[in-house]
Amino acid sequence: MNARREFTAQRFDYASFFFTGLTGGATFLILAILAIILGNILHNGWGAVSWRFITSGTQQDMFDVNKAGVLPMVFGTAARVILMTIFVVPIGVITAIYLTEYARHNSLSTRFTRGAVNNLAGVPSIVFGLFGLGFFIHFVGQNLDHFLRPTNAEPIWGKPAIIWASLTLAVMTLPVVIVTTEEALRAIPQGLREASLALGATKLQTIWRIVLPQALPGILTGGILSVSRAAGEVAPILMTGAAYYMASLPTSLADQFMDLGYHIFILSTQSPNIEQTRPILYGTVIVLLLLTFALNFVAILVRSRIRKQRRMLS
Amino acid sequence: MAARQAKRRCLAALIGQHDFNHLMQHTAPGENRTAGWMGIRRGHRARPLEWLVEKFIFLVSLSAILMIFLIFVFVGREALPIVFGRMNSSLVRKVIPPENLDQLTPRELRDYLELTEAQLGAMDRDTRKLLMELKVETAKDIPKDKDAAINTTSWRYLVFPYQWSDYERPVSIWQPISQIPKYNIAPLIIGSIKTTIIALLFSVPMAIGAAIFVSQLAPARVKEIVKPSVELLAGIPSVVLGFFALIVMASFLQSVGGYESRLNSFVAGIALGLAIIPVVFSIAEDALTSVPRSYTQAALALGSSRWQAAWHIVLPAALPGIFAAIVLGFGRAIGETMIVLMASGNASIVSWNGFDSTRTITATIAAEVMEAVVGGPHYRMLFMIGSLLFLVTFVSNLFGELFIHRLKSRLEGKAG
Repeated sequence: MNARREFTAQRFDYASFFFTGLTGGATFLILAILAIILGNILHNGWGAVSWRFITSGTQQDMFDVNKAGVLPMVFGTAARVILMTIFVVPIGVITAIYLTEYARHNSLSTRFTRGAVNNLAGVPSIVFGLFGLGFFIHFVGQNLDHFLRPTNAEPIWGKPAIIWASLTLAVMTLPVVIVTTEEALRAIPQGLREASLALGATKLQTIWRIVLPQALPGILTGGILSVSRAAGEVAPILMTGAAYYMASLPTSLADQFMDLGYHIFILSTQSPNIEQTRPILYGTVIVLLLLTFALNFVAILVRSRIRKQRRMLS
Repeated sequence: MAARQAKRRCLAALIGQHDFNHLMQHTAPGENRTAGWMGIRRGHRARPLEWLVEKFIFLVSLSAILMIFLIFVFVGREALPIVFGRMNSSLVRKVIPPENLDQLTPRELRDYLELTEAQLGAMDRDTRKLLMELKVETAKDIPKDKDAAINTTSWRYLVFPYQWSDYERPVSIWQPISQIPKYNIAPLIIGSIKTTIIALLFSVPMAIGAAIFVSQLAPARVKEIVKPSVELLAGIPSVVLGFFALIVMASFLQSVGGYESRLNSFVAGIALGLAIIPVVFSIAEDALTSVPRSYTQAALALGSSRWQAAWHIVLPAALPGIFAAIVLGFGRAIGETMIVLMASGNASIVSWNGFDSTRTITATIAAEVMEAVVGGPHYRMLFMIGSLLFLVTFVSNLFGELFIHRLKSRLEGKAG
């Protein structure tokens, strides 16, 4: 009896108890903060979101609670994200295929390139914005104007536009797409490739029929995640194409556009009366969050399906 | 034989391979034929379509990689005149009387009037003279101030404090839109560092504590709740966090803390911390999970508690990964734009007090670049601080990669 009590007394370690509680508290705090943010936004904004709010707002006053809508911003954000995807996904996937399947793995140039790509994935978005401004607008755009219509002083391409914003975002997400695609390709067992080659398939046939279909879910996950990141990004488009206000939807690639994220920025910093425009602000935030969370949710779904498949295979 | 050679030449012309004949000689069995031009493997010459596709793949990836390197070039290019002191922003310029027009060489005239060759060529003599008279007129409007003659973009005025004519003591001041533009970067750098440190102090202990809890101490069910939640937090766009800090958090924190300015680097730092929690948490959690399970099991078998195993065994083993998490979190925090633009107050003051309104490098770029004259001193200054930011994040990413690499080789070395 005595020995047993001594044993349990030694087993109870106050430091362990304390620190387990502390780290658990930190975990709980993170979850609580997330719940507070989302709860506050939903509580204040849910009433503002209606079908009219989402489908109107092209000609009306943007600060008028009863008339303002987010259609131009939803349209602008969707348009720039779709354009970006068209640019970035094929180029990113092809580059990743080259880097994993063709380039020699240990050569200095490949390692150097991979290092640069990895590193660029962490460079701030504002730097990409500067790049877009300096390269796309003032270099490509102005030269385009110069060649197409040298006599006309009014710039068409040499000013912020939706095409430049999309290209800037494409350059920004390119490293991310390359890195995630490379990971997905490298997760395919080497044995599959060898089996295909042994059966007489060429390298390209192996990539097209064996490697890519297997890696597709992984590539999709990475693509969707980078799209959702780009959808909420404001800093680069602030300089390359987003407009404060536009009376009509953009009709050409050289037009500026309104954007959900940029609109949140305007409403929270430049509103004439913050109390009155609060419902519009919260409503816009909810629409943007719905958009990005929906994309994230799809990505998580795709990924969990791959994991299940992998588990069943192994 | 002749027909075969003709066919070879045809093929060579078709696909533009000049060393085609040379390669055909190396077809002895056992010879390595796979290595080819820039890593594209040769062979399957019977399939020209595939060959073309492979070349296409190579070209696309080459241009993508070139594009990536172009970023370094184009951001740096705009900043170079400042770095090398070639920019002159002083308002006082040499004035040449219009009567001397005929004595000037075309090149001198062009430099003096700041025109391109084509613009100058399109003007007649009277227009040139008019422009020169205009120069004399504008020279009269220059403020009567001893500072007007200073080139404010030279390094001495960018880094060190200086006593401007209306000031009582030397100051570091960023004031690009004023009669005499002042571009001292000290307040911006201090603002960026101050806000980032607050963000790290707030988020790193919490994120790493949570990572230890989730990966080592908690039952698996907790992990299934926490990881998707952190991903949800990562999915919140930074402009939404900025909005939350500005509209909700700022007033709340002010009523609790009772400090003077509502928007300051403390508020911005907390919001920034929320943005980097997911980064720090997921990297640290990955590092802790990658430590072999057998380490923990051995410690538990020897009688240690779960916490002791986590603290004394797993954490030291995963330490490089923890460093990587902090360094990458730092890189993310110092480059974040929208949160600090909205929540930091944007006053460029030299102060290490966390409750003062502050202005960071990123917020300055975002707020001012559209107003700056393209190619002017202000524009180039913004690109200069942009390149500085680029450099800092690039180096911190490099260190992060290095730490992760070290973690991997360490675990592999021990496990093997």
